[in-house]
Amino acid sequence: MKTKQRDKIIMTFLGWGVAFLVFFPILWMAITSFKSEIDAITPSLFFHPTLESYTTVNERVNYFGAVINSVVESVGATMVCLAFAVPAAYAMAFYPGRKTKDLLMWMMSTKMMPAVGVLVPIYVIFQQLGLLDTWTGIIAMFTMMNLPIVVWMLYSFFREVPKEILEASRMDGATPMQQMRLLLLPLSLPGVMSTALLSIILCWNEAFWSINLTSVKAAPLTQLIVSFSSPEGLFWSKLSAASLLAIAPILVFGWLTQRQLVRGLTFGAVK
Amino acid sequence: MRFARTGGLLAALLASTIAGRAADEPTLTIATVNNGDMIIMQKLSPKFEKDTGIKLNWVVLEENVLRQRMTTDIATKGGQFDIMTIGAYETPIWAKQGWLMSLDDLGQGYDYKDLIPQVKDGLSLDGKMYAAPFYAESSFTYYRKDLFDKAGITMPEKPTYTQIAEYADKITDKKNGIYGICLRGKPGWGENMAFLGTAVNAFGGEWFDMKWQPQLTTQPWKDAITWYLDVMKKDGPPGPTANGFNENQALFASGKCGMWIDATSGAGRVYDPKQSQVADKIAFTASPVTDKDPKASGWFWSWNLAIPTSTKKAEAAKKFVAWATSKDYVKLVGESEGWVAAPPGTRLSTYDSPEYKKAAPFAPTVLKAIETTDPKHPTVNPVPYTGVQFVAIPEFQAIGTNVGQDISAALAGQDTADAALKKGQATTERTMKQAGYPK
Repeated sequence: MKTKQRDKIIMTFLGWGVAFLVFFPILWMAITSFKSEIDAITPSLFFHPTLESYTTVNERVNYFGAVINSVVESVGATMVCLAFAVPAAYAMAFYPGRKTKDLLMWMMSTKMMPAVGVLVPIYVIFQQLGLLDTWTGIIAMFTMMNLPIVVWMLYSFFREVPKEILEASRMDGATPMQQMRLLLLPLSLPGVMSTALLSIILCWNEAFWSINLTSVKAAPLTQLIVSFSSPEGLFWSKLSAASLLAIAPILVFGWLTQRQLVRGLTFGAVK
Repeated sequence: MRFARTGGLLAALLASTIAGRAADEPTLTIATVNNGDMIIMQKLSPKFEKDTGIKLNWVVLEENVLRQRMTTDIATKGGQFDIMTIGAYETPIWAKQGWLMSLDDLGQGYDYKDLIPQVKDGLSLDGKMYAAPFYAESSFTYYRKDLFDKAGITMPEKPTYTQIAEYADKITDKKNGIYGICLRGKPGWGENMAFLGTAVNAFGGEWFDMKWQPQLTTQPWKDAITWYLDVMKKDGPPGPTANGFNENQALFASGKCGMWIDATSGAGRVYDPKQSQVADKIAFTASPVTDKDPKASGWFWSWNLAIPTSTKKAEAAKKFVAWATSKDYVKLVGESEGWVAAPPGTRLSTYDSPEYKKAAPFAPTVLKAIETTDPKHPTVNPVPYTGVQFVAIPEFQAIGTNVGQDISAALAGQDTADAALKKGQATTERTMKQAGYPK
């Protein structure tokens, strides 16, 4: 009994320790954002807190414009992504063919190439189609970028659903659309939700394409952060303030949905 | 049904916002770096918007991201930007490609003769100017007067590299966290190689001979790199391979360095008591020399505004470039932001202004440093290229960064100077061969 209690205490400490370690950079960023630039370069915990950096950031950039762009682009891309991925994963999970496994592997392999390798062709295509610096362009890009992961995740969640249930519904005359809408999606809702959440987070954090393919009208929060980094001059506190503002919405969102996120990630095959 | 109606409403709303966005008034999109002087330009630009009715959109990015973003756009004729902030390195290369508009017609009041000749030359190709200088810098030696006084040393006007090493040794006080010298160690063509390339010039060396053969294994390179590694090991701060301009500026401003050889553009900041703890204890002198080349000194860099040929709003863009690089703009900055913040190194009139001279006591040293640089003849021996701390060919970014990494590894103690230079020579030879040199 005693050793059990001791183990529990150790585990608790260890858990908190790891959590603190993971959280520390964000905490440090938050602290730095309230320092003046000269305090920001010295790693001290004692300083006069100031909102100077937030004022500067607010004066220089259109924060809410960037938030709207980030929300529209990440939620939009996730919705389009799910619209393609749910039927694809349904077909792969319940009607697997000889090549299904290869197909899944091939989809994943598209993620293996460094993005910068196709930057110039994509840029030229976007330019010709008039998609540079538009919501449509970025949503299309994010959709294609996340599609493999979303299909994979949905595929493994759907495989957890017993085939027999769908079979029974077919006996009752349910069409594939009805099977998906009335049975499959409700049954694997935690999985679908956590896939969507993950996709939103991935889009939110995506920096390469959003910086290269947007300039003004469709520029999301990632571009706002980059605009505060510089190889010349002092900028740590302003950069921290901009970064904190950029992650704040998704942090709150993650907080509110953490139950679904954890439930989804521990449900099904992706454990 | 209700869902459909809401959806329709949303779609209509979305369509109207998109349409609203497309029907904007004529606007210019300006790509620029997040450096202090550009931030001031952005801050003051509403005045330009009010006077001309031209609207401005700003894309501010970190230097390396900006370079990649602009290169992609200009090379594919993307047309996303009407004005680009480009360096002294890109200007001749891009002008040669036909990517930039010539800027010889910026209006009567522009006063081209007032531009510092060295700066204007660096931005011209075949007699035509392709970018307008926004601010320019050279490099020089920052030092702590108090530490020098304590050690009983007087800094000469033109110190030699040998003297610098000697002084660094004398003022180093590691117990109290004072390091004799801080130099760039972070690898990159614009990082450690900016300093080291300049040092190699001073030691009598060069990147390439007249036949475009890399010269990294020659004696001057060995001398320069050995000097650098020795002094950094003995008197430099710990973990120097992570230090670029910013990190060293932070170290110097917080009183950890006795000397710092770097860009003149840092002077305004380390001299500003709001940003520096040693503002009242610092002095400046020329970049070090050697007896091989007593003339050669600092490097030369400028940030400039250029107009890509892919823009559809050239006239409006020219108006802005003329405004932001004019004498009046310098005055405007001086009056609204304080004269110490006036963009340095572009116009002779700035250095004649009594207000500037009073606010920036380092101004004459900076002007002298810029005027003694000669990007057309940067080395003792004749070379086929231009550029002091860089070689103005497209391949140089890769070459400089590669060699910078080799030397950074030597600084970290993983390699000797000789071995690092041998590696650098081999990769440079390969890159040049692939690029088809000698051309």
